Amino acid sequence: MTYVLSHDEVHVSTLFEPGHAIINVGLSAFRDAIAQAGGSVVQVEWAPPAGGDRATGWDLARLTGHPAVERANAIAYANYLAAQPMLIDVDLARNHIPVLRDRVLLHAGPPISWEETCGPMQGAAIGAVLFEGWAASVAAARKLLDSGAIAFESTHDHATVGPMAGVVSPSMPVWVVENASAGNRAYCTFNEGLGKALRFGANSTEVIKRLQWMAAVLAPALKATLTKLGPLELKPMMAQALQMGDELHNRNAAASSLLLKKLVPAALRCKFDQTKMADAMTAIANNDHFFLNLSMAACKAMLDSAHNVPNSSMVTAMSRNGVRFGIRLSGTGARWFEAAAPIVHGLYFPTYGPEHAAPDMGDSSITETAGLGGFAMATAPAIVQFVGGTPDDAIANTREMTHITLGRNNAFTLPAMNFTGTPAGIDARKVLDTNILPIINTGIAHREAGVGQIGAGITRAPLECFAQAIVALASSVAQSEAPVPAESAA
Amino acid sequence: MLESPHSKPATLFKVVRREYRDSVSLMQLSSSLTKMAGVSQASAVMATENNLALLAEARFEISGSDAGAADLLIVVQGDAAALPAAIDTAVAHLTRQADVGSSAGRAAVLPRSIQSALADAPSANLVLVSTPGEYAGAEAMKALRQGLNVLLFSDNVPEEDEVRLKQFAKERGLIVMGPDCGTAIINGIPLCFANVVKRGAIGVIGASGTGLQQITVLVDNLGLGISQAIGTGGRDLHSNIGGITFSTALSDLTADVDTKVIVLISKPPAPEVAERILSEAARAGKPVVVNFLGADRANISRPGIYPAKTLEDAARTAVDLARGIAPRASYDLSLPMPSGLPKLALEQRYVRGLYSGGTFCYEAAMLLDERLADVYSNSPVRPDGAMKDVWHSHRHSLIDLGDDVFTRGRPHPMIDFRLRNERIVGEAEDPETAVILFDVVLGFGSHADPASELVPALRRAGEAAAQAGRSVIFVAFVCGTDRDPQGLARQTQALREAGVHLMQSNAQAVRLAASIVVGRAPARARPRDVRPVA
Repeated sequence: MTYVLSHDEVHVSTLFEPGHAIINVGLSAFRDAIAQAGGSVVQVEWAPPAGGDRATGWDLARLTGHPAVERANAIAYANYLAAQPMLIDVDLARNHIPVLRDRVLLHAGPPISWEETCGPMQGAAIGAVLFEGWAASVAAARKLLDSGAIAFESTHDHATVGPMAGVVSPSMPVWVVENASAGNRAYCTFNEGLGKALRFGANSTEVIKRLQWMAAVLAPALKATLTKLGPLELKPMMAQALQMGDELHNRNAAASSLLLKKLVPAALRCKFDQTKMADAMTAIANNDHFFLNLSMAACKAMLDSAHNVPNSSMVTAMSRNGVRFGIRLSGTGARWFEAAAPIVHGLYFPTYGPEHAAPDMGDSSITETAGLGGFAMATAPAIVQFVGGTPDDAIANTREMTHITLGRNNAFTLPAMNFTGTPAGIDARKVLDTNILPIINTGIAHREAGVGQIGAGITRAPLECFAQAIVALASSVAQSEAPVPAESAA
Repeated sequence: MLESPHSKPATLFKVVRREYRDSVSLMQLSSSLTKMAGVSQASAVMATENNLALLAEARFEISGSDAGAADLLIVVQGDAAALPAAIDTAVAHLTRQADVGSSAGRAAVLPRSIQSALADAPSANLVLVSTPGEYAGAEAMKALRQGLNVLLFSDNVPEEDEVRLKQFAKERGLIVMGPDCGTAIINGIPLCFANVVKRGAIGVIGASGTGLQQITVLVDNLGLGISQAIGTGGRDLHSNIGGITFSTALSDLTADVDTKVIVLISKPPAPEVAERILSEAARAGKPVVVNFLGADRANISRPGIYPAKTLEDAARTAVDLARGIAPRASYDLSLPMPSGLPKLALEQRYVRGLYSGGTFCYEAAMLLDERLADVYSNSPVRPDGAMKDVWHSHRHSLIDLGDDVFTRGRPHPMIDFRLRNERIVGEAEDPETAVILFDVVLGFGSHADPASELVPALRRAGEAAAQAGRSVIFVAFVCGTDRDPQGLARQTQALREAGVHLMQSNAQAVRLAASIVVGRAPARARPRDVRPVA
């Protein structure tokens, strides 16, 4: 049977062709009847999409299978897949991030005013002010920040990411990662290790001293090593680490070792103070999370190359500022869609519990946004107990994420999933349609500044962010489709 | 050029840029490539200096490759003609998506959206939606946007959404059956409330679910079968919708080589819509039987179109046409009165119809109204026939128990018999009740054993009447086939044993009921055309 369409295409209906399956959305008795009658049927485990909000549900329906969105997502996703993050340099933040030439601090997550920030982020900002020498005491630093003399800006607006508080100040060294396929760069600070650390809001002398050492010794040592080594391709290293039990968010032991393996031979050939170089290499060797910040910068570089494709529903950032969780879509530019940051479900170190936990915080969920972390949990059996359950649960989590992603990244294969790629490229439409929320592996910070990490666990991105994003995208897609108003007669 | 067995084997290689695989999985790939016909040697490696040296040692010809350590290199040697396929196989292996084989003991995540179900069943071409009405329209739109036809069982879908969905479907050559589409049979698969019938040459398009069930069952009982049965939803022929689904279904059945005769059933459509559908039907090139319940025959009749007064007439006309027999103008079979009917008391004058199928009730009201005065219904054929209080019968009362009033907070009467059973007993207690008329609908979706629910109620009703010194007469018909899950023979036997006079169709049952009371109750003054409620 044929229909003549407006474009002189002929559509052939397949309704009466034998051998087609039926999809059943709703009463399972209908599924049973079809199966009993010999039909092929797939049941949808249906719940009201978008948490039951009808208007948002209709926006979602209008964007489902929308050719403009499909085209845009294909471009955004291809850009993400094509990205080739290379570690090209180590340098001070102010030399690469223009806004940091002034008295500015960057913070993790969607933009937030100083007054709104949570305890650990305030602690980190105070620590950064002390580190920069803008104030001599905690009290003076707080006063300076309260006065508004120091601008407070989101890392994501400056191609930067930072774990937990994510505070970046001009004199901190950063990884400089360049995406060879598109030329965009991304930056991330160095990992300080566990315990008292600036990212958890600690700002004691010991913390500031470590930051100073990182700027004065570690960064130059790494810079010299990299100069010897040349640009370092990060994706193959990450792919290999995934096969060695890292998910590159909460476990980075393999990747950190692989990095060290690359660095040491070059480091030994550098004309550099041997004691300092040895200290630098020792610090890396002693920190199983050293690679995390590099993983984050690589993810940011990959996702930024997928950002700003008009009409795309691909999620290009998920992050938290300790108060709010925010996401960005490729097709809606710099806008954030925010909801209250969730509390993390997880395991706590002795003497701590949920009552001590700060809400979810940090840019490290950029790894999940790029298909790693919780999305690659199936590959990291070593930490599944830490973040909730058995290896089977981990595989189920990864498999669940395939329902909300645009595809699989075959550059990152997972042995436990028969070497298929990690699910990647979150489609906000799919999140809303399935009510399956992106899973995030994360550390838990103490709610008071400076105590540090008190546990780790898993959390989910709030549905509300995706609902807002879809409403906004539906409106911008509709605008792009609206007929151009006729020019008024001159 | 043919190669001699002694000539140097051909080599083909491919560099997959920046694709990392661990050496074990690459060794497996290499080994499976080596087993391919025409391939003598194969290797897939990360192109590190070490590996390149090994390849050179193994005499793989890879000069001209610029593969670096981060690239994956596939190289095959052997019969030149076989090598491209081997490379393709290797690349396909690298890009495989399914993680089949790793799922032992680990439940897969069930699809939670139409899109993910479509990924599981890419051959799907139809989505059946029975979610709460407030979400159903959006689900239907998602299906259409993914190129899938829709059967919308849900009701309470706003009319403007229906228009939007159907227009969208029409532009894309898709069909939306519904909303409130209770019945369809597509490619022999019964959907929602539908019976198991033979496949055959008769295609049916219906605005009502029970209407479709009656036609398909009667065609089956008469020995023929159904090609397709398409439900349109009750509003499709309203002027706002304009019969979009009727029209699409009609052109689908027109083009379908298995369909020899088409049957259309509906309440009378908006006149301009009826006109358009009928003129499309007249161009179908195959006979079209039209049952617009209660519509004027003269308005329908035209070449190639066969008007039918009742659902049974429509089924019989279609069967005759499919058999190449000239159909009769009417199949109003003058059946003999059954023997052994009990004697009725003087005041037992009225028919009380308790229906689970809305179209049956409407047809009953139409047929009864032709012969008797004072016919009331919640599904009336004339405005002055509307029941004032649906909970209490008055004179002849025909009640559609599937009406929203009765189904709020409880399942449909085809599934849940409590309300109807109470009402059967209540009517038997009314001294004015002569006949209790009802339908029994079998098939998928209906109660697993209706007779088991009805028989005890019929017994109680009989006892209640007997205590008052009366007898009531039960007249019914079973809409079903022997292959329905409930079994036609089993159901009819149990109901006959309970004293029910079973007829083959609704029309016959209504006519028997009318014959029993005619002469006891006032007749309609003169036969007149029924003016349907718009």
